[in-house]
Amino acid sequence: MAHLSELAAEPQRLSNAYQNWYRFSRNPSAVIGTAIVIICILTAIFAPLITPYPEHVGAVVNFRERHLPPSADYWFGTDNVGRDIFTRVVFGMRISLLLALVVLATAVPVGTVLGLLAGYYGGWVEIVIMRFTDIALAIPGLVMVMAVAAVLSPDLLTSMIAIAALWWTWHARLIYSITRQTRVQDYIEAAETLGASKFHILFREILPNCVSALAVKTSLDAGFVILIGSTLSFLGLGIQPPTPDLGTMVASGAAFLPSYWWESVLPGCAILFVSLGFNLLGDGLRDMFDVEDVR
Amino acid sequence: MIRPVLEVIDLCKSFPVRSPFGRLTGEVKAVNNVSFSIGRGKVYGLAGESGSGKSTIARMIMGLTPPTSGDILLDGEDIGSTGGSPAHRRKVQMVFQNPGSSLNPRRSVSQSITVPLHANGLPRADRARRVTELLDMVQLPASYAERYPHELSGGQKQRVAIARALAVAPKLLVLDEPTSALDVSVQAKVIDLLVDLGRQLDLTFLFISHDLSLMRNFAEKVGVLYLGSLVETGRTSVVFENPRHDYTRLLLASVPVVSAEEEAMRPRIPLIDGEIPTAEQLLALRKAGGGEA
Amino acid sequence: MSSALLSVRDLHVDFTTYNQTHKVLKGINLDIPPHSQIALVGESGSGKTVTMKAIMGLLRQPLARITAGEMYYDGRDLLTMPDKERVALRGTAMSMIFQDPMTSLNPVFTIGDQMRTILKYADRRLGRTRSARERKVRVLEVLGQVRMRDPERVFQSYPIMLSGGMRQRVLIAMALLSEPKLLIADEPGTALDVTTQAQILKLMKDLVEERGLALLMITHNLGVVRETCSYVYVMNKGVVVEHGSTADLFAAPQEDYTKALIAAVPRLTGETRFGTVEAMR
Repeated sequence: MAHLSELAAEPQRLSNAYQNWYRFSRNPSAVIGTAIVIICILTAIFAPLITPYPEHVGAVVNFRERHLPPSADYWFGTDNVGRDIFTRVVFGMRISLLLALVVLATAVPVGTVLGLLAGYYGGWVEIVIMRFTDIALAIPGLVMVMAVAAVLSPDLLTSMIAIAALWWTWHARLIYSITRQTRVQDYIEAAETLGASKFHILFREILPNCVSALAVKTSLDAGFVILIGSTLSFLGLGIQPPTPDLGTMVASGAAFLPSYWWESVLPGCAILFVSLGFNLLGDGLRDMFDVEDVR
Repeated sequence: MIRPVLEVIDLCKSFPVRSPFGRLTGEVKAVNNVSFSIGRGKVYGLAGESGSGKSTIARMIMGLTPPTSGDILLDGEDIGSTGGSPAHRRKVQMVFQNPGSSLNPRRSVSQSITVPLHANGLPRADRARRVTELLDMVQLPASYAERYPHELSGGQKQRVAIARALAVAPKLLVLDEPTSALDVSVQAKVIDLLVDLGRQLDLTFLFISHDLSLMRNFAEKVGVLYLGSLVETGRTSVVFENPRHDYTRLLLASVPVVSAEEEAMRPRIPLIDGEIPTAEQLLALRKAGGGEA
Repeated sequence: MSSALLSVRDLHVDFTTYNQTHKVLKGINLDIPPHSQIALVGESGSGKTVTMKAIMGLLRQPLARITAGEMYYDGRDLLTMPDKERVALRGTAMSMIFQDPMTSLNPVFTIGDQMRTILKYADRRLGRTRSARERKVRVLEVLGQVRMRDPERVFQSYPIMLSGGMRQRVLIAMALLSEPKLLIADEPGTALDVTTQAQILKLMKDLVEERGLALLMITHNLGVVRETCSYVYVMNKGVVVEHGSTADLFAAPQEDYTKALIAAVPRLTGETRFGTVEAMR
């Protein structure tokens, strides 16, 4: 913001937090995204309390009330064995969010550390890490995930392992490029002349400069991980029935299209809702931090 | 005889020139047989333009890049053996040109200043006290410790950078154009502070700059660098009043001045298409394949 | 002074950021007579760059807002004239020399291409027509005016093939292309070495005198002011503190701010007392 430089003589004592909040609160996509993500997380946490038929999560059968359309009793209707779809969607959301959380909690730290090391040290460290990353990136993601899921027994844990095994590469790339740019800054050279340890330079000097990009990337990724998890379940390689999963529900409901449309369309809308929320949040954060490198 | 704080003897640095396919095709002599020494408590000025090698010399003294040949003695000890070691870092510190980029934007003032304290194993309990002490030395209130660089003016940032450099109590401070990014009134205050600190702490300065007017007022001795070689050295007043080398005369003639007295002491030589090529013109000639000048 | 080429009357500009409004210019008065060399000098935050942008019509709306004042170029009101006329003036009647020779030129086009394009659009705005052949002739002519030894070679060069000083000369040549009456230079030569800067300043001064142009120089460097301009406006915190002929103002500054500013400049004669420089806030 070069045009503001004229004001710089009287340094602004507006706190960083205030400036960020100001920009955030005036960014519709960030605000809507945050609202959606918060709603999803709260519903997931309090699922047993807010759902009308928590027992419908398991293998309950109630053939008298199968294929009922949405109504006051069953907000999203019932499925082919008479379970409340709303209840199952809320619990499915819980599983999707858990999947995103676990995958990102493993992939982000791994990718970040590898990216920092490759970017800062260069030379053979960079060659080894980044070429390995390139190879991992060259494998078509879904194929790899399907292969892992097919070799191991298809369940939640397997899909998490499979997705996380590929996901770190994107973070490694991102952090690598930021580190390369940061490494040549004067303040890194200053820290070196001051005798700071490598650990200090990597994690105290460079890493804080990656945080905003990481936040944007991670938020965008959460939406994608949920989509991929649902895709796997849809293909029968992810979460197995009767555990409610959004992808599984779309798949089993698809058999009854178009007459009982709510059985696949409404869980599908839930997937759309949650991944849209994370994407809007990510885009909003990107505008707010003015990060360019991401994607 | 008192041993000088810094002695630079026959210092050379060349960088390899490679073809696009990585084949070695020659070398560029960035620094060519440079020798000078600075006595305790003195200010030595290195004057030069881009391509003069002044920054390369600073980097070699800081142990950031090894010399091709020649010696650098700090307090009589060759840094060839200790370059980059904690002992070396405790003797010499540097203040960078641009305070905007030499402070990490994501770290507070106290976090920046404690880097060298941490590296030197000062107990955590003593650090806060030391930060206050250092801020006081550079005439900043202790409350600034929790501020971030974007909340400081350019002059204040440079004061923080000076405090950080002083944290390990070095003997020699390398100043790489420390005020060129600052307003002139702020520059005056920073230079005044440096003069004071030098006196109080018995500091020795290596002052690198292209600003001859500033050098005249700050450095006792000066060396004029032209394309990697020292072309003229001596007491600042003598060199400025009686420049011997053509390049020194060109430099002096180019300084924009604010008074008639200064104008009177500037050499009168044609600036455009004069006989003495500027560093930039000579570099362009060399690049065009002119070889050695 | 109705005879002024450019005249600014009581100009007020506000900036609004984070819901806070800052008064950046608080009533600027400025006159640039034809064939004069005027300097606008001040430290960062003085408002000199904002003044320049207001004159060029480059202020970012709605962040910056002109709240009061008038500006006349050659007797025509700049603030009320239609956008189209204003755009036609920019780059033709009043033309700007950019300060950073490294980033102001597009690295993927030759100097000749870039200058011909500028000329083409300037001609279009003025409703003139010129053939491609004539445009090249004009470009070479202007490159000669900025003392390029071999205009034809420079014409065919990419920016990377030229030194910083040569690029700065190209930027000056660009500003001269459509024969402006007023040149506005923003911190000229700041990014260059001292010796190169001295050459550029000398060149600008000669050009302005030879061609009878008016020059408005925006700078923080008092030495540069004294070398190139005959009249100077000193700005601080959005107001003009003092103005007068360069010789008078440097010999006997009247205002405390100007005195302190001049006292803070290190002297080549070596008599500067940094400790006595007063706080300027």
